[in-house]
Amino acid sequence: MTTPLLSLQGLTKAYPGVVANDTVSFDIGAGEVHALLGENGAGKSTLVKMIYGLVKPDSGTMLLRGQPYAPPEPRAARADGIAMVFQHFSLFDALDVAENVALGMENPPAMGDLASRIRDVSETYGLPLDPYRRVGDLSAGERQRVEIIRCLLQDPKLLIMDEPTSVLTPQEVDILFQTLQKLSSEGTSILYISHKLEEIRTLCDHATILRLGKNVGECIPAETSAREMAELMVGETLQTPERAGRDFGAVALDISGLSVPSPSEFGTALKNLHLTVRKGEVLGIGGVAGNGQDELLGVLSGEISTDAEAVKLAGEPIGREGPTARRRMGLLTAPEERLGHAAAPDMSLTENALLTGSVREKLEKRGFLKWAETQGFAEKIIKAFDVRTPGPDNAARSLSGGNLQKFVIGREVLQNPDVLVVNQPTWGVDAAAAAAIRQAILDLAAGGAAVVCISQDLDELMEISDSFAALNEGRLSAPRPTTELSVDEIGLMMGGAHGIEVAHV
Amino acid sequence: MIVLEKRPQPSQAWSLATPLVAVLATMFFGGLLFAALGKNPVEAIMTIFWEPLFGEFSFYYRPQLLVKGAPLVLIAIGLSLGFKAGIWNIGAEGQYIMGAIVGAGVGLAFYPLEAWYIFPLMVIGGALGGWAWAMIPAFLKVRFGTNEILVSLMLVYVAEQMLASVSLGLLKNPEGFGFPGSRNFQSYASAYNADLIEGSGMHWGVVAAFIAVIFAYVLLNRHMLGFHIRLTGEAPRAARFAGVNPARLILFCLGLSGALAGLAGLFEVSGPSGQVSIDFNVGYGFTAIIVAFLGRLHPVGILLAGSLMALTYIGGEIAQSEMGLPAAAIQVFQGMLLFFLLAFDLLTNYRLRLALKEVA
Repeated sequence: MTTPLLSLQGLTKAYPGVVANDTVSFDIGAGEVHALLGENGAGKSTLVKMIYGLVKPDSGTMLLRGQPYAPPEPRAARADGIAMVFQHFSLFDALDVAENVALGMENPPAMGDLASRIRDVSETYGLPLDPYRRVGDLSAGERQRVEIIRCLLQDPKLLIMDEPTSVLTPQEVDILFQTLQKLSSEGTSILYISHKLEEIRTLCDHATILRLGKNVGECIPAETSAREMAELMVGETLQTPERAGRDFGAVALDISGLSVPSPSEFGTALKNLHLTVRKGEVLGIGGVAGNGQDELLGVLSGEISTDAEAVKLAGEPIGREGPTARRRMGLLTAPEERLGHAAAPDMSLTENALLTGSVREKLEKRGFLKWAETQGFAEKIIKAFDVRTPGPDNAARSLSGGNLQKFVIGREVLQNPDVLVVNQPTWGVDAAAAAAIRQAILDLAAGGAAVVCISQDLDELMEISDSFAALNEGRLSAPRPTTELSVDEIGLMMGGAHGIEVAHV
Repeated sequence: MIVLEKRPQPSQAWSLATPLVAVLATMFFGGLLFAALGKNPVEAIMTIFWEPLFGEFSFYYRPQLLVKGAPLVLIAIGLSLGFKAGIWNIGAEGQYIMGAIVGAGVGLAFYPLEAWYIFPLMVIGGALGGWAWAMIPAFLKVRFGTNEILVSLMLVYVAEQMLASVSLGLLKNPEGFGFPGSRNFQSYASAYNADLIEGSGMHWGVVAAFIAVIFAYVLLNRHMLGFHIRLTGEAPRAARFAGVNPARLILFCLGLSGALAGLAGLFEVSGPSGQVSIDFNVGYGFTAIIVAFLGRLHPVGILLAGSLMALTYIGGEIAQSEMGLPAAAIQVFQGMLLFFLLAFDLLTNYRLRLALKEVA
């Protein structure tokens, strides 16, 4: 073919401690729908931010229609015909559609003209939208149309879409795909970011797969099975530990038929979850972030109340119990967000030890606090988990992420839980600390505790879990013994190309 | 260019120094203000800060310090607990009025019976009156998610109307020759909140203020509930995770601050003020908000801040009468105090750094 529309050559971008993109090269042809595929943290976002001028590459070049292209800011990228629809919308609820569109334009025309242009574009591309409706009244899909139309009014040559279907209903997905196909037939290129394999197979002409910041393969999705793409995405280097089937004890935690509506606008509803964890068992829950992980943790910690019978601890219904009662009964949790959720940033480590430790460590007596014992507990955590800090009087926010994570996990592990639930236990933690945290979790299980480990790090889950399930759009796949699973099966469980369940979202 | 840089740890030194620096800055800029008004700045500042304590008539002003400081401290202690948890009771003035009305009503209901239990019953009535008035915004917030700032503030004006109404109607002195206002408690021994030591200004409200300071200190530093209050203010999500029930905390904080404001109103109406009258309230409930922040929401700090505020009130009055300073200038002066406190407070969590131009 002729010169590609956009050619990326050896793009590299490093952040402190992590190389987000490592010499990534690929071409996007004119009128092509190009998929960018990869797990969370694979470097997809950084890459498109470089194309859109939000981030400057450390090295490497980009060519637009054969000419050197290095946008200093998004405005320059837009001037060169590159538009982007973000995953989270930047719209004002109180304004109407036309006003919102005008706000995003360099030189907005008069309102009446703009409204008629919005009508034209929305009719041409089959995106029904009334320019005078208030954005606050629109559905997620309609809001996305506002963003798309805002882009289309710039007459873009390349449209970047970041996980566009994560907020859409199946019907809206169909409409979106028709629009994108029409655009591509008119010569507009589309860079489509997703980890949903089936979507990519239907829509995209070409796919580039990123893993750990590197371009690990390209394929033509229509000719490649979802299984092969998942394998590329997850990588074949997963180490499945040799683990003899251990004997587990009685069922410690039992969730049956749990459905919870989404607690917030960008949250995920949990749909008919079932799982059981026995004493001594580690259940790993994989899945891409935002598929219900935070909600599942909230349900287990007691922050989200459910039907009493939906969650049972050692046979006792606890769905209605609050966090304190659950701790007393032996169910402890460690949320993903360290600062502000698992720990109070401006409070000392001693105070943060009290935050969850008051009941089981008997740090209070009839409501009165025992500060000496609390400080002792904080010091015990610091010592046992090698938390690097001058002392327990230091504020939580003064610790590095990894050290605070060790403190947060240590705080729960040292309370000898019967059931421990952790979300992203080693996120942002250096290798040595991560190994220590995993070892602590395994030791706890060996001691007879049941552990639920929610994580996006597949290597980690393979290393520590006895059985594995994946969260996908608030649904949990049936847990299976980790040793029986192959890499591509895991990828399919996570990517959502698995089974009938996902077909009807 | 000056750059603000977040400190890894809040600075202990600045946390203590801020109120002092703020007072000094207020003296300096207040002095400039007074000079601009054509008054001798040094004399004005001396009048405000020195005269009430050590001046010629200090024997009269010193008891006034206690009389003015006690309600401020009592109300501010209650408010500070809520403020620490991010629960904003702005309507202490209304709760103060309602406490006074209910407490005075209890006392007047017994008139002319003389008995030891009348004053304690009035105290309970005052606390209940303030508590009930604060439970309105608390209940509406918990049940319907209304904004407690607006509801509590608007209820101040409702309370003022109630005050006017009872002064002219329900509680009006039948022997008052038609003048608005209730019977004077000074002439009703069983209900009168007299000085515990004659002429000292030390009435039961002062005692209650000291007890409140100690109670709040113990609550915040030694008790789980106080820990949960601080935790909720610092990190609401972590508080939920720790097991705090936000609704219960709202009911507790608003209820307690209302009860303390009600108590302050009762002690004032049955003592220094002496009677329920249309213009009985003088803004203690609003000034207490400043006192709470000036005291950095710390019980001991509030005690000091309340004393300082009382000092500027009394000193300000002296400056008005002796030097002819306008009342508005004194209010600006008090406003400066809060302004500088909040401004310097930034230095507790941030440090100033000069960013040199050549650094890219």
